[in-house]
Amino acid sequence: MATVKFAGIVKNFKDNQVLKKVDLEIKDHEFVVIVGPSGCGKTTLLRMLAGLEEISGGEIYIDDTLVNHLHPSKRQIAMVFQDYALYPHMTVEENMSFSLRLKNAPKKEIKARVAEAANILQLGKLLHRMPKQLSGGQRQRVAIGRAIVRQPKVFLFDEPLSNLDAKLREEMRVEIAKLYQRLHSTIIYVTHDQVEAMTLAGRIVIMNQGVIQQVGTPIEVYRKPANLFVAGFIGSPTMNFIEGTLRVEKGHVRFSSPSLSLDLPSKLLPADGSHEGREVTLGVRPDDVCAGREAGKNCSQKFDSVLEVSELLGHRENLYLKTGDLRLLATVEAFFNQSPGSKVPVCLNFDNMHVFDRETQARISA
Amino acid sequence: MTTDAIRAAGAEQAAAHRRKKLIKYALIHLGIIAFVCVCVYPLLRIFSVSLRPGDKLVSTDLALIPDGATFRSYWSLLTSTHFLRWLWNSLVITVATSFIGVSLASTAAYAFSRFSFGGKKAGLILLLSTQMIPAGMLILPLFLMIMKLGLMNTYLGMIIAYSVSSLPFSIWILKGYYDTIPRSLEEAALVDGTSQIGAFYRVILPLSTPALSIAFLFNFTTAWNEYLVARVVLFSSKQYTWTLGLFELQGQFITQWGMFAAGSMLVTLPVLAVFLYSSKWLISGLTLGSVKG
Ligand SMILES: Nc1ncnc2c1ncn2[C@@H]1O[C@H](COP(=O)(O)OP(=O)(O)OP(=O)(O)O)[C@@H](O)[C@H]1O
Ligand SMILES: [Mg+2]
Repeated sequence: MATVKFAGIVKNFKDNQVLKKVDLEIKDHEFVVIVGPSGCGKTTLLRMLAGLEEISGGEIYIDDTLVNHLHPSKRQIAMVFQDYALYPHMTVEENMSFSLRLKNAPKKEIKARVAEAANILQLGKLLHRMPKQLSGGQRQRVAIGRAIVRQPKVFLFDEPLSNLDAKLREEMRVEIAKLYQRLHSTIIYVTHDQVEAMTLAGRIVIMNQGVIQQVGTPIEVYRKPANLFVAGFIGSPTMNFIEGTLRVEKGHVRFSSPSLSLDLPSKLLPADGSHEGREVTLGVRPDDVCAGREAGKNCSQKFDSVLEVSELLGHRENLYLKTGDLRLLATVEAFFNQSPGSKVPVCLNFDNMHVFDRETQARISA
Repeated sequence: MTTDAIRAAGAEQAAAHRRKKLIKYALIHLGIIAFVCVCVYPLLRIFSVSLRPGDKLVSTDLALIPDGATFRSYWSLLTSTHFLRWLWNSLVITVATSFIGVSLASTAAYAFSRFSFGGKKAGLILLLSTQMIPAGMLILPLFLMIMKLGLMNTYLGMIIAYSVSSLPFSIWILKGYYDTIPRSLEEAALVDGTSQIGAFYRVILPLSTPALSIAFLFNFTTAWNEYLVARVVLFSSKQYTWTLGLFELQGQFITQWGMFAAGSMLVTLPVLAVFLYSSKWLISGLTLGSVKG
């Protein structure tokens, strides 16, 4: 139970600036998921909060207490390391009870808490094994177990499910969601998995190259990505981007690119009228590329495209379309039943269209 | 080919494979046996000398147990000399040296492995370079230092001299080993609530037993067998270590080879015991399974 606040956090490794003024406030009992490409500084941020990495600039507060110089052991934080970091000379049980034994907790309580965690994580049969006798997924679960017996103020999870198979990952995801309901702790969770981020997060933090790009609820970052990076990062398959220029003609705005020209509806853009000649990128999710089916009522005019490849994913199908020099990905219901090379009429749904300024990369559509 | 022919060919192949394996094992074992012979032969000779009646070093008798074998040399060594006292002196000095040497080295090596501080590189190289100075050159400075400290002819003087001279080797061995232990283990311990020193004692040391026992063995055997420094520092027969003591048996005109050999046999026992005991700690791969990789 704690609030966490990063204020202007900077981290330099020699000349390499890894975090550039990170500001983030996390509320009590909040589940925050941090996503971002490899090397963007997610682990570094967690390590600084845990006290394992020196702070080059800025301040970190836990519960309004400045912790910049507080020893890791005094921060009441539990961390699941990206590489597990199990104590190899201790059994699973000893690993999980290590912190409680350090605190001289009563034997009975230790036993009960370890048993509870083992139960949640399906580790009951493994309690007396050594880490080297476990599979990768089992080790990862022990690492999680070691954190949850602690009942800390803040949980830090660094890609805790990355080594599990799809089925176990799903199960563990649900367990973590349940755990969160029960524990009332604040959780900061790093992942590469879109599904984990969207399903677990109260708020998602998207980072790139040491800078926070956007903070918002899963729906916010999906529906209203703040810039091109977020738009391309959130959502799978990736959003289609079309580069072009805006022209204002007779009161309405026209988007034109070598392969495609569209009249944009007036409510898509703010009515400040400064759009003439602006270089922009249109963003359209594959779901909003309507191919071969009846267009919704708020759709662009139809244009022709050629089907290059189609991928069947079960109940959905990915269509790789080409119109002029422009490639578009459309996701439609299975079975599309058209062979490569055939002509497909397409339109774009304006309801979920995003317009980004190409110079600032920022979102300009409402 | 019929199925029978195929099966026969398969069996043939398996047999060839087995033969190859057998030859490999035979060669390996031949090599090992040859090494063992070379190592054990001198020991057996000394053993046989120690059993001979009279003080004969050379004899035409090649039997391992000589004619008229007797333990008389052992008996007179134990009763007519200070041998037991010498053994005790050696034991006290060696054990104290080993423990002090290993504890100093283990903590120093930890600092070298985990922290960055000014002069770290220079320090490591300095340590290494002390190993290049021949032992004989250090006798005089050691003698002077121990004299100035007023520790001549004492256990303490010997212990200081020995444990200090093994430090560089021990530090290098231990630092190298600590470097292979993932840092995230200590970090996990810190987050779990230990201090830095707590993480060292609870995580790093238990994982380093192979390197610690190597350092211990090194300290133990060098101190146990040392002669030169002891010669300079110890001057009363009662304070002698066994190395000095045995040489006292080597008289100007006659050498009591039987007793000499008996002594040599007896002094191997502690070393043997220490080796046998520590071999179980020398298992490698202790950190397996702790981190992804
Ligand atoms: N000890 C270090 N010394 C120098 N550079 C470092 C150190 N640790 C991390 N870095 C650099 O800091 C940057 C951020 O690393 P970090 O581990 O935080 O990335 P990440 O977002 O967790 O990536 P991943 O998703 O791959 O785990 C990387 O460019 C990395 O090379
Ligand atoms: Mg990471």
